[in-house]
This record gives sequence, structure tokens and C-alpha cells, in this order.
Amino acid sequence: MEIRSEIVSEIQRIALQQRKTLRPLTDEVGLLECGLDSLCLAILVAALDDRLDLDPFGDDTQVPFPVTLGDFIRLYEHAAA
Amino acid sequence: MLRPDRRPLWHLTAHDDAMAKRFLSDADGRVDLNRLADLRILDAPDDAMLGRSVLISSTRQLPAVLALLRLDGIARRVLLCPPDLASEHLAGILADGEVDTIVSDGTGPAGAPVSGLAFVRCVAEPASAAPLAAPLGAAAFDTEWLLLTSGTTGRPKLVVHSLASLTGPLNDGLTTAAAVWSTFYDVRRYGGLQILLRALLGGGCMVLSQSGEAVGDFLARAAAARVTHMSGTPSHWRGALMSGARTGLMPAYVRLSGEVADQAILDNLAAAFPLAQVAHAFASTEAGVAFDVRDGLAGFPATLIGGSGAAAELRVKDGSLRIRSGRTASRYLADGAALADADGFVDTGDMVERRGDRYHFIGRREGIINVGGQKVHPEEVEAVLNRHPAVRMARVRGRRSPIMGAIVVADVVLNDPASPDGFQAVSASILEACRATLPAHKVPTMLRQVPSLEISSSGKLARPAAGRRHA
Repeated sequence: MEIRSEIVSEIQRIALQQRKTLRPLTDEVGLLECGLDSLCLAILVAALDDRLDLDPFGDDTQVPFPVTLGDFIRLYEHAAA
Repeated sequence: MLRPDRRPLWHLTAHDDAMAKRFLSDADGRVDLNRLADLRILDAPDDAMLGRSVLISSTRQLPAVLALLRLDGIARRVLLCPPDLASEHLAGILADGEVDTIVSDGTGPAGAPVSGLAFVRCVAEPASAAPLAAPLGAAAFDTEWLLLTSGTTGRPKLVVHSLASLTGPLNDGLTTAAAVWSTFYDVRRYGGLQILLRALLGGGCMVLSQSGEAVGDFLARAAAARVTHMSGTPSHWRGALMSGARTGLMPAYVRLSGEVADQAILDNLAAAFPLAQVAHAFASTEAGVAFDVRDGLAGFPATLIGGSGAAAELRVKDGSLRIRSGRTASRYLADGAALADADGFVDTGDMVERRGDRYHFIGRREGIINVGGQKVHPEEVEAVLNRHPAVRMARVRGRRSPIMGAIVVADVVLNDPASPDGFQAVSASILEACRATLPAHKVPTMLRQVPSLEISSSGKLARPAAGRRHA
């Protein structure tokens, strides 16, 4: 739950900073359809790396790229486990 | 290229009647130029140095300058070794330069004898005890002056200059006998050597900087010696503006080179030194001095490009500035890479962009941050950050990103350091200013306050490679 709320609050902070309008952040919404563009997503991944010390994309292991927000959150929860 | 004048540097220096007033000084010593002929500089007679390939090693600059004065026109080659040469590069540099003799006061990168090479002591504090005769009136050798490139990584390359190529830029009206020159640069680098030659050949004096000396102490020395003409990189000058010790410094001429001079630093220097002409010059170790700009504006007039007949011809190809002139180095040593293209133009690797009737430097070709295929030059973003009234100095770099390849992040030094809470407000204002002038991919995604930014030994902002973290 903690990771989920961190991710959601970071998304909201970045959207505000980048002047993006967000759709409701449900698990089913597509990552690139929620209102963030790929630059925002890059900022999100870097910010989570700093805040949570988690970078599931940074290892050499191939990570299937998350499509929905739910996939994205699960990827981080898995990395933290 | 033959030197225009067969006299060695020693005689070119001792050319006027005002020698009694002329001096060279560093933090530990001072030499009056009218006493040059009385000085015992090398622990070997001139004939023993004839035709030698010499590396000069000293932590201080003054002993190195005296050795250089003694050796030009006698030695086949003089390699000016900066005090910060990494020890792992010494053997390679000695081999590339075919060095057979080390001249040293026992300090610097080659302060101890090296097997197989002659070692000649140069005296750190010249004594009048056993003077040598002045060197030959005419140069026996058109000595090659070897300078190290200021490459960011790996072994530096050796660039071959001559006294003629190095003194080519001096005929621009700046070199007056009344000048007391100083520079933040070490004179064993191209930018500093230019200033040394202006002082020596122009009939002036020079206050040398010293490795490891605090900027405040150096500026206090410069002020006490009444320095009139002073040069450094924009990073050097930002450091000077942050130092309280610049009070008392009253230069008539302030020169910037080595990095992009943005409008903010030009304006800040004009405000700090209202009586000074603030000029910025473009030069590189390989290409030499191309031009200087004295109108107080960033960038340079577009009319400089493509003209012929000028001392340095400029062209822009594939976005980068190219230079052809008699001031360029002749070649690299021990390196297959050509220094100039087939037409004799040196590619500086500095990228320029035309805006109206001026060209502006937007950064180094190799420093480009690739944000999802869109190119960002750190310097163009730094110029925007530096314009913000709260910002003293900024460094922009890439942070690796699995999503975009890289994203832009920035470190800033504020004029008045802010608390973490206070920084949030300042940061928002800075980023707002960035968004007003830059496309989204160039706006820093993260801004961090730092107390200071590292300046490399060549006086330029240190630029670490892109890392995972913003640290």
C-alpha cells in the first residue's frame, strides 16, 4: 500500500509540475493514457528511484514493460519484495 | 612554420627600456625582469641543452616560466607539463614527446629522475651567484612548444605549437607595456600561455596563479599588484564573484575564454567591474585564438563567419565552428588523427546556432544529452538557469533513464543559500523561467541545490559522465 500511495502521489506531483491533466488513476488505465507523456514517465521512474531506492528497469534483467498503471505498481511492489 | 623573428623568447622579453619596472610573480616568489640576465636558472650550460627535448616539471609556475625563457631557441622541444598531470599518464607523455631531458625544481609530475632520461635541476629561487651568459642572440632551434589537450578522459594528446603560432593573436591592440596581466589559468595551458606571452612580449608584468591557492588569496595578490588585465573561464569568474576578496581588484580589462560566456556572467562582471572592458574570446589548444568579442553581448557577430582575409577564418559545418589560421597548432604528436581537414580547418567540436545577426555557442558536440532522440546541450540550459536572479552557477547533465535514454537534471549554486523549504519556492520560480524559454525536454526534471560546483584543473566546470542517480 505504501508503494502504491508513493507512486500515485509522485504521479500527481509530476502532472502538476508538467501541467498535465490526469484521468482517474485506476489500475486499468494505460500508463500513457493517464495523462502522462513519456518524458513524465521518465521523470516518475527517476523520482521513484530516489524516493524508494527502487529501479526495476535499471537492472540488466529484461523487464516486460508495464502497460497499465496496475502493471507499473505491481512491478515496483515486486521489486520491493 | 618559421618564427617571424629569429630571436628566442628571452630576447623578445628583454626588448624595452622599462625592464626595471617589470616583474613576474607567483604566491612564493617574484622575479624582476631586469635581473633575468643575472639569474642562474638551470643547473646546466646552454650547450648541454642544445637540441634536447625537454619536459618542464614544477608545481609552481614561476620556475617553469624561467626554464621556458632559458630553453626557447635552444631546445628542440619544450613540453609544458601542467602540475596536475595524472601520474599514470607521465610515461606515455614522455614517450609521445620523445623527451630526453627533464627540467624540474624537484616538484610536479616529473619531480624525480626517470630512468634513462637526463635530469637537470632548475632552481626554485634564482640566485645571482653564478650567472650564465644570456642565451644565443638568434634561435638555434625553432623550438616546438608541446601543450597537452584538455581532454576530459584518457591520456591527453600532445599538440605542437611554435612561438609564431602562439604569438599570432597578440597583435590586437590589447598588449600594452603598462599592463599588469594575470590569469586564473595555469600558463602551461593554452589560455594561460597566451596571457604569459602577452605580458612577456608586450612589455608588461604578470601575476601568476598557483596550484592549490585559495581563490581569495590569489585575488588579494592580484589586487595588491594592481593587476590591470585579467583572464579566466566563466567558471573562474563566477568563483571570483562569490569571493569577498575581489574588493580592491580594479581591472581595466576582464577576459573570459574556455567555456561559453553567457549573458548573465557578462552582465555580472560588467556590474562588478564598472570601469573594465569585459570581453570574451574563443580559443582552443588546437585551433588557437579565433576572435574576441568586446561588445558585452553573448555570442559573436554572424559577419565573422565566412569572411576571408581575417587573421582567423571561420566557417560553420554540420553545426560546429571550424577555424583556419596561422595560429593553429601544426599537428598532434604520436597520434594518427589529423588536426585539420583537407582545407586546413580545425573542427573545434563547439556547436553554434544562429539567432538573428549573431551566432551563439550551444555546447560541445560530445556533451549532448539525448532525451528520447532529441538533443540537449547542457550549456544552453545552463545559460537559462544562470539568467535567474537567484542563481549564481548551474551545471546541467544527463541522468540515465530507462524510458527516454536520458533526462536533464541540474545542480544549482544559489546567490543566497536557501533552506530546504525555501528552496522549494526558489526551485519553482527557476523551473518556471526554464519553461518559459525552453521546450519541455530541455527543462531540468530535477533541480538540486549544492553549496558549490567543482571546477576542473583547466578552469572549466567539471562534467561527470551521466549516472543513474542525481548525485
